[in-house]
Amino acid sequence: MAKVLVKGNEAIAQAAINAGCQCYFGYPITPQSEIGEYMGAHLPEMGRNFITAESELASINMVIGAGTTGTKAMTSSSSCGIALMQEAISAMCCAEVPGVIVSVMRGGPGLGNIAPAQGDYFQAVKGGGNGDYKTIVLSPSTVQEAIDLTYRAFYLSLKYRNPVMLLADGLLGQMMEPADFGEYPYKDPDVSTWALNGADNRPARNIVSLHMPEGELEQLSNRIFEKYEKIKKEETTYEGFMLEDAKLVLTAFGTVGRIAKSAVLKARGEGMKVGLFRPVTLFPFPEKQLNDVAKNADMVLDLELNQGQMLLDVRSSVFGACPVEFYGRSGGGMLTPDMIFEKVKELYAAINKTKVGVK
Amino acid sequence: MAETLVYKRPESLLKDGHFTFCPGCGHGVVLKIIAELIDEFNLQKDTIAISSVGCSIFLEKFFNLDVAGASHGRSPCVATGVKRCKPDKFVFTYQGDGDAATIGFNETIHTACRGEHISMIMINNTNFGMTGGQASATTLVGQVTTTTPKGRKAELTGYPLHAAEIVAKCDGTAYCARVAITDSKNIRQAKAAIKKAFEAQLNGLGFGFVEVLAACPTNWHMTPVESVKHIEEVTEKIHCLGVFKDVTVQEKV
Ligand SMILES: Cc1ncc(C[n+]2csc(CCOP(=O)(O)OP(=O)(O)O)c2C)c(N)n1
Ligand code: SF4
Repeated sequence: MAKVLVKGNEAIAQAAINAGCQCYFGYPITPQSEIGEYMGAHLPEMGRNFITAESELASINMVIGAGTTGTKAMTSSSSCGIALMQEAISAMCCAEVPGVIVSVMRGGPGLGNIAPAQGDYFQAVKGGGNGDYKTIVLSPSTVQEAIDLTYRAFYLSLKYRNPVMLLADGLLGQMMEPADFGEYPYKDPDVSTWALNGADNRPARNIVSLHMPEGELEQLSNRIFEKYEKIKKEETTYEGFMLEDAKLVLTAFGTVGRIAKSAVLKARGEGMKVGLFRPVTLFPFPEKQLNDVAKNADMVLDLELNQGQMLLDVRSSVFGACPVEFYGRSGGGMLTPDMIFEKVKELYAAINKTKVGVK
Repeated sequence: MAETLVYKRPESLLKDGHFTFCPGCGHGVVLKIIAELIDEFNLQKDTIAISSVGCSIFLEKFFNLDVAGASHGRSPCVATGVKRCKPDKFVFTYQGDGDAATIGFNETIHTACRGEHISMIMINNTNFGMTGGQASATTLVGQVTTTTPKGRKAELTGYPLHAAEIVAKCDGTAYCARVAITDSKNIRQAKAAIKKAFEAQLNGLGFGFVEVLAACPTNWHMTPVESVKHIEEVTEKIHCLGVFKDVTVQEKV
């Protein structure tokens, strides 16, 4: 298929349609309202379901209803709207209900502002809901990747019967880029062994999240954490850019990753050995892969549009292999390639100085 | 010649399932009515029940039906998701007044306004039973609960919410009634009302809602017999029984 010029939010919506999403339930919020608008314009005429729900509480619980029948469903929202969904996301992990949640981050905390930001890393990756659970989190940095990861989100969600969050920011949502939709590339697993469809010629089934008998919840918890281990082994992905000989390794997710790439190119132009490590899956986080890279580096510089959230995962992955610095802006402030380049220059000089000192 | 009726346990109840409610609790009566109706409509193989958070949470331990669980107050949303994906299946929610009329009343109203083809049964025992008898939105003025030890005071916490009357005002509601289960005549009427709500779904007419006044003797600190009397003499005066909407009757007029 040929490339088309498409806006991030609309690309995600069209990719969901291509992935076979039968239901969209959502509530408007900037900067992702175009997703709901696109779905509202297209799903009903395809004979699929679209509901503007009464709240984000309602939309995610409608996704749960669809998910219990093994049907592909999606909701999307931003920051405070995603906050309202947390109880349900926890319940989905416990009851093993599939569903895709698109989170297009805006500035926070509170109502914050509508500028691009990455302050919801913890919310997505560490979970704002109750109990021990993990949401699979995918982080696109381009419109093309948003399409590819939307496809992957639907697939992984059914494969592991776990909610999957596509974590984008307002910049990606609003950005127009050429991209190729291709076709949904996955073969979906059979859901007939667990989905609810009426107890016809089989014992009645249930998909619930309360487990009172002694030991039952612990057993369940151990089982879903074994599943998370499998996800870590099989699904972890990242992008490495000019890492082979990198002495200073930049880490960044989402759109900051692509901004950092420009800074890497500029630094390379001036002879500095700088590379980029961009996690694509935020859970599972590419811990081992980053550790391997850090072992050969002199320093890691983590870049984020927040006060340092992924930083915790970066530090624990690097695990003392080299120093980790942080550079970020919060509340809707942007990082430009030039700002990153200046920081890189400063740190690179410092690395070389300490090395000379050691000699 | 007199007809011989043989009692049979409904197929829609699990053979080895036992109700775990307190003596005199209304939940068991209503769950059994529902199971009987599902049998009568021959829907056991085509039903998905949505449980809620409250004393009735373990529907899967009672019903021989597929069951999806919901968080507190969100059963109508889960039911909406299920029904939209499986329009040929029979979908109902079973909720308490805390679930459907307090934390989840917004969901109740919107589901009614959308005219979702689902049936909703709300057990109104005028308190939060499962958590130990605190005041809910439907608690009567003057009613003693653990959070209103001197009785609910209107000046402080306002007035009871009348769920059925409000749901009846929603254009998507096809059938809406409040019933009681205080004696066998009432129980038969309750069954007829729930049947109507089910038919509203089965005939594609819209949203069906039945509010059932039920006893919670444990938290009311009454005997089962006193509880029945309390419903007849006190609760029904405030939460009045009646059919508040029935589009099948209105159509004929
Ligand atoms: C979000 C949330 N808040 C509070 C609770 C605690 N809780 C459990 S059951 C319940 C009340 C249920 O009352 P009702 O719906 O009237 O049902 P009943 O137990 O009386 O049958 C509450 C408040 C919860 N489980 N979830
Ligand atoms: S506490 Fe009340 S509602 Fe709950 S089982 Fe006992 S009597 Fe029924």
